[in-house]
Amino acid sequence: MRVSKSFLSDYIDINDIDFQEIADKMVFAGNEYESIEKISSATNLVVGYILDCQKHPESTKLSICKVDIGDGEHKQILCGAPNVRTGQKVIVAKVGATLPGGITIGKAKLAGLKSEGMICSLAELGIESKYLSEEDKNGIHVFPDDAPIGEDAIKYLRYDDEVIDFDLTANRGDLLSILGMAYEIGTLYNKKVKEPNVDVEEIDEDIHDTRRLKVLTDKCSIYLGKLVKNIVIKESPRFIQTRLMASGIRPINNVVDISNYVMLEFGQPLHFFDADKLVKNVYVRMAEENEKITTLDGIERTLSSNDIVIADDNGPVALAGVMGGLSTEVTEETKNIFIEAAIFHPYNIRHTSKRILRSESSMRYEKGIDSARTLLAIKRACYLLNKYASGEVVSGILTHDVTDKSDKKITITIDKINNVLGMQLDKDTIADVFDRLQFKYTIDKNTFTVLVPTRRLDVNIKEDLIEEVGRIVGYDNVKGILPITSIKRGSYLPKTEFIKNVRKRLTSLGLNEVITYSLISEQDSDKFIKETYEKVILNNPMSEDRKIMRNSLIPSLIEVYHYNSSRNIKDVNIFEIGSCYSKVNEDYVEEAKVSGLLYGNYFINDWQHNIIKVDFYVLKGIIENLLKYLGLANRYNFSNQDLIKDLHPGRSANIIVDNEIIGYLGQIHPNINKKEIYVFELSLDKLMNKRVRNIKFKEIPKYPSINKDVAFIVNKNISSIDIEKVIKKVSGRLLTEVNVFDVYEGENIGKDKKSIAYSLTFQDPNKTLTDEEVTVIFNKIIEEVKKQIGGEVRDK
Amino acid sequence: MKEKIINLKKEFLKDLDGVNNLGELNEVRVKYLGKKGYIQELSSIMGSLSIEEKKEYGMFLNDFKNEVNELLEKKRQELEELELNKKLETEKIDITLPATDIPVGTFHPLTRVIEEIEELFVSMGYDVVEGPEIELDLYNFEKLNLPKGHPARDAQDSFYITEEVLLRTHTSPVQARIMEANKDKGPIRIICPGKVYRRDEDATHSHQFTQIEGLVIDEGISMAHLKGTLEIFAKKMFGEDRTIRFRPSFFPFTEPSIEADVSCFKCDGKGCPLCKYTGWIEILGAGMVHPNVLRMSGYDPEKYTGFAFGMGPERIAMLKYGINDIRHFYTNDMRFLKDFNRIEGSDE
Repeated sequence: MRVSKSFLSDYIDINDIDFQEIADKMVFAGNEYESIEKISSATNLVVGYILDCQKHPESTKLSICKVDIGDGEHKQILCGAPNVRTGQKVIVAKVGATLPGGITIGKAKLAGLKSEGMICSLAELGIESKYLSEEDKNGIHVFPDDAPIGEDAIKYLRYDDEVIDFDLTANRGDLLSILGMAYEIGTLYNKKVKEPNVDVEEIDEDIHDTRRLKVLTDKCSIYLGKLVKNIVIKESPRFIQTRLMASGIRPINNVVDISNYVMLEFGQPLHFFDADKLVKNVYVRMAEENEKITTLDGIERTLSSNDIVIADDNGPVALAGVMGGLSTEVTEETKNIFIEAAIFHPYNIRHTSKRILRSESSMRYEKGIDSARTLLAIKRACYLLNKYASGEVVSGILTHDVTDKSDKKITITIDKINNVLGMQLDKDTIADVFDRLQFKYTIDKNTFTVLVPTRRLDVNIKEDLIEEVGRIVGYDNVKGILPITSIKRGSYLPKTEFIKNVRKRLTSLGLNEVITYSLISEQDSDKFIKETYEKVILNNPMSEDRKIMRNSLIPSLIEVYHYNSSRNIKDVNIFEIGSCYSKVNEDYVEEAKVSGLLYGNYFINDWQHNIIKVDFYVLKGIIENLLKYLGLANRYNFSNQDLIKDLHPGRSANIIVDNEIIGYLGQIHPNINKKEIYVFELSLDKLMNKRVRNIKFKEIPKYPSINKDVAFIVNKNISSIDIEKVIKKVSGRLLTEVNVFDVYEGENIGKDKKSIAYSLTFQDPNKTLTDEEVTVIFNKIIEEVKKQIGGEVRDK
Repeated sequence: MKEKIINLKKEFLKDLDGVNNLGELNEVRVKYLGKKGYIQELSSIMGSLSIEEKKEYGMFLNDFKNEVNELLEKKRQELEELELNKKLETEKIDITLPATDIPVGTFHPLTRVIEEIEELFVSMGYDVVEGPEIELDLYNFEKLNLPKGHPARDAQDSFYITEEVLLRTHTSPVQARIMEANKDKGPIRIICPGKVYRRDEDATHSHQFTQIEGLVIDEGISMAHLKGTLEIFAKKMFGEDRTIRFRPSFFPFTEPSIEADVSCFKCDGKGCPLCKYTGWIEILGAGMVHPNVLRMSGYDPEKYTGFAFGMGPERIAMLKYGINDIRHFYTNDMRFLKDFNRIEGSDE
């Protein structure tokens, strides 16, 4: 809401108050503003009279003007505007004038001739083109003949008026009017409001003689109609034009401007129909499904049964509260007008305006209208039409009104106010607030009974009154204290704690946490998913890229990889913890997952040639480290069966804990990216459900251990884990460690063969093992590996 | 005999003096203490002496032998130290060469901020809770006093999945959920961090961002308690000298509603570009839980009051670390992430 100081001054005496101070004070009443500025910041402009205007002999565009700028001063000014003529009164920027955008006018030479000043257009004064008429858009501004030569042009145009652009909260529909603003500022400065003049003489004719009103819907609580005849359409007086412009509305002609002006004053939208085109009676009803109307903008609209329409005997003539119809539009030829002032249901207006147009009018309807102002507004419009458009006001008002205009009664105790605000206000302080707000009240001991006027649609319950007291007294009076409450331990959800632990371990393993968007493209949503799942798809996405709630974090991690690698960052090692979404039956499921992506080098010392490149085994190490950290040592294994399609089939594995697949790891399939990028994804929900025992002390072994090394040559397709299983089975509890210390493939051992060397550690917790005991086991291992796997011992 | 030993001693000291390394030292040892060494030679002569002489020279010789041993040992230690020092000298490295890059990861800056806030509130007895991101219109709007068609819904343009299901536009629905779950169990003290989504994107808005919701419900809770709590929060996040200012505002689910400003930590309230020369920086929205919200979720507004606040970790992080564009949090430039690879400092 843009509020001009001069407009406001008509209804409240603020001439001696700095407008900036008002703006700042309003902030602490809950009304923020975005800017405060003059309509034009230009200085040193006067009204000039063009005594003579000649074409420049050497320039097609320039004219040489001799201009009287008052006090008998005549200046030669060169002007490039196409509409400059002898005898015009124009805006002259004198030498030394400043224009918006930091332009200063100096003496100049143009095409060989001196020019002392500049003849200005309104755009050069900083007026946005949306407010300008066609003539003003294309050339200099021409004043009417009665403009006094030498007068300050900014003052004459009333462009020295200051404007605050308020950024209002959604509850304060009452402040979408100058009167509402006057009441609010009146509260802050303890000043009374002067209501606008609405008294007008009416002619000896009654609207009821010619028209009837029928309201056929409960979505219209008030509808008032009035006729004004024989209006003369012309330009509005300067003050109306400038005030509309200051309020963000383009001036059109006196009639249209008056309807907007009254809306700004009262917050009550009006609609003017050309009464001669309005066929007889006026109906307010819900539109029929698929009913058509051509609106003012010439577009044919198809309506639904939630739209309210105004109709005459021929059909719909306006979309209530949103836009008028073309068939009854007020034009230059209009003589008689039918004025509508009504209140429609906000829900329906919102429904219609969301589809068709968000206008100054619909915005006010959506936020609610003071039912006590409808009648005043229609009278005010008649008054102005009579005064500025020579209109003759027909007596009588078509009336439908089912509103309750009595004040809302709210009872509240002083204790309640203080208990909520945490203040210690006395009776007088609170009474003063209600006085300032111009709310009537009675006091009985410590209880206020407050009568809230209809204009404050936002004040309905005790808490609303408490807020009024708080914001007017000022929250600086609240002294912060902590609640006195029983002491208890604050806690995290088990899931949050679990996630914190996973995050802690992964960062300590060198991975950097990222956070990416949950919404991904259709294409990405098919990648890195284990099975077909039902997607969670947006109904109204912003773009195709952000359309589906992801079921895997990996496509997003790949996006982060691309971002970084295209910026020449060679090593990327990242992880993310986040929800993955799906629909299961009718439920939306959010499963917490952790995913990682590693590319490049994991561990680097270049000059020592000591580098560990990311590969499957680095990744496996990270996963094992994490699983062990989570207490799952000895409960996991890796399988290359049933891999998802987006992983390299030879360098990937499913991760299995207690026979349940909880995720996967491996290289991205070259179909997706040819680089050796490794990824993993684990379900945290599944991991969290694994029961893990507490840490329990184990006696440290007292007796020495014995080491034995052995290498087996086996077929290439044999997995190390198969050999390990045999070794473990044969050895039983005496085997405490198995470690692979060498893997060899090559001609020495034959094609399709490989050698895997194990270092085995044996230990008995109860006694010192003898070499003989171990040798017995060792020979049995060799025998069994040969028997079960066909592995031969490799001779040194 | 005695003469001989004295001369021998002089000769030994001379020899010892000439020793430069452990090898030469060994030669000297063999020369005097070896099986065919001088001392053995003198010992063998001893047999031919009288008992008195034996007694006299035997002792003398023994002393000499001990002295030789001692001096040899001393010399050996000296030489070993010398040789070790020589060896250490050769082992000297260039300590200015680059270190091995030990892999270490970082927490995302938003995680840092969220965890810091969580820890603060847990220390005051709050429970950290969570709620679904795919939320019902019922909880996201209606139970928060935002019925269908309410103009305040415009401020939170939403992503819908169906007519009744949407991506939550704020963490506030958790208020309603917690109250419902806790119905009749009395006081509540929670915070809830999480992702939220709005159909809006530019340099200051991301379609996805995070929020932290706080809710306290008890008998006799007032705005003074809200202010006291936020003061503690401001001091923890922005320094001990910070103060809090309330400005009236509007949220459909609180009444009264306020926006809280923290005194500018950069200029101490004097005015600077960060606080746009106001001395204050807006950090969050808050208010007293609206009686309709309490009632709809099963709390009697005549008995209970409460406060709620909602803040943006992005904004807190941007202020705290001077980050200028919200999109940095979601592009995840490795260089950006690694800036957070350290503990907090104390600029103030």
